[in-house]
Amino acid sequence: MVDRIVKGLRLIGHRVIDRIWRLGSAARFFLYALVLSGESLRRFHLTIREIYFTGVLSLIIILVSALFVGMVLGLQGYNTLQKYGSSEAIGVLVALSLVRELGPVVTALLFAGRAGTAITAEIGLMKATEQLSAMEMMAVNPIARVVAPRFWAGVISMPLLASLFSMMGVFGGYLVAVPLLGIDDGAFWSQMQASVDFREDVVNGVIKSCVFGVACTIIALFEGYDAPPTAEGVSRATTRTVVNSSLAVLGLDFVLTSFMISV
Amino acid sequence: MDRTTLDLWVGIFVAAGVAAMIGLAMKVGNLTSSNLGVTYALQASYENIGGLKVRAPVKSAGVVVGRVADIHFDDTSKAAVVTLNIDTRYHFDKDTMAPIYTSGLLGEQYISLLPGGSPDNLKNGDKISNIQNALVLEDLIGKFLTNKASESNDKDKKAD
Repeated sequence: MVDRIVKGLRLIGHRVIDRIWRLGSAARFFLYALVLSGESLRRFHLTIREIYFTGVLSLIIILVSALFVGMVLGLQGYNTLQKYGSSEAIGVLVALSLVRELGPVVTALLFAGRAGTAITAEIGLMKATEQLSAMEMMAVNPIARVVAPRFWAGVISMPLLASLFSMMGVFGGYLVAVPLLGIDDGAFWSQMQASVDFREDVVNGVIKSCVFGVACTIIALFEGYDAPPTAEGVSRATTRTVVNSSLAVLGLDFVLTSFMISV
Repeated sequence: MDRTTLDLWVGIFVAAGVAAMIGLAMKVGNLTSSNLGVTYALQASYENIGGLKVRAPVKSAGVVVGRVADIHFDDTSKAAVVTLNIDTRYHFDKDTMAPIYTSGLLGEQYISLLPGGSPDNLKNGDKISNIQNALVLEDLIGKFLTNKASESNDKDKKAD
């Protein structure tokens, strides 16, 4: 009996220590990638190649989902606002929820699924097939050559993708509200412009997406770099990337929002 | 894929992203309409400001002429002191009234400036003396109920 309790306690302790150890090595990895990012900025075509893979190839999924998110927001919002006789405020509802929350958050979640997993699998496989060790043998630092360009590509792509998401979502909301539900075109835009503040809403949304970009990319890179060099290890690392990125994004979103909202 | 094609696609992506950001600022946000330019400050103290907030619009004849810059509680007079930033293009005389109105039944509150007849204009830092407090729904209902009660009292007395 006592034996079992001791075993259980040991297991908990082991898991906690393991998590903290991983957090520490992730922080060290992040710092290392920042320090060694000089080369990726000097030889910028390395970063541009990665922006193509993380940013440009994510465009389709981001734009299509933004369109549908905006259209659903328009339909659902209309349903409720109509009861209070203020269906013209639909533009405000769609724009504020997209610019403040849904734009950065949904983009980050999609980004983790579309680009984060690809980064983890690629780096994990590079490690499994000993490409990273081969680079070290040739006196090329794999963090400077492989990790840093991908990091900066993710950080640059994310705010751009989030802005495109918000803009496309507003367009989707417009499509539902004005041609389909017959809300006045002028009221839709003017009420939106009256309530969406540049500094409070648009800039804060961009700041959020920058932070999410850093978090998602560094998690994906670290999980790939840290993956055991086996097929199973890489598959587990890919799963962990999605889980950890999503949790980090939602948690950070709460923290950032509580700082940004002025009561 | 060769480098020029890659550069082209990334260029298109970055341009579209920056265009979306500018679009958010201009078309969705209020960057174009909220530019007041150079402003001067006026002050007004109210017994009750209701739900007035900082950055609420100051309107005259329905046109936005400024914004509420600051609201604080003055401990000596026990009143709310509101600082208004008014665009220097607009001038208001010393008899200007500054009531707090509500746009619509449940809308936001704003300060309206109603020009008076004085020949002198308000200058930077001046205080608007002619104010009118915000309409508080509870007070209104309270007054209505006391009116009703006194009316029914009168009726009872007449019946006696």
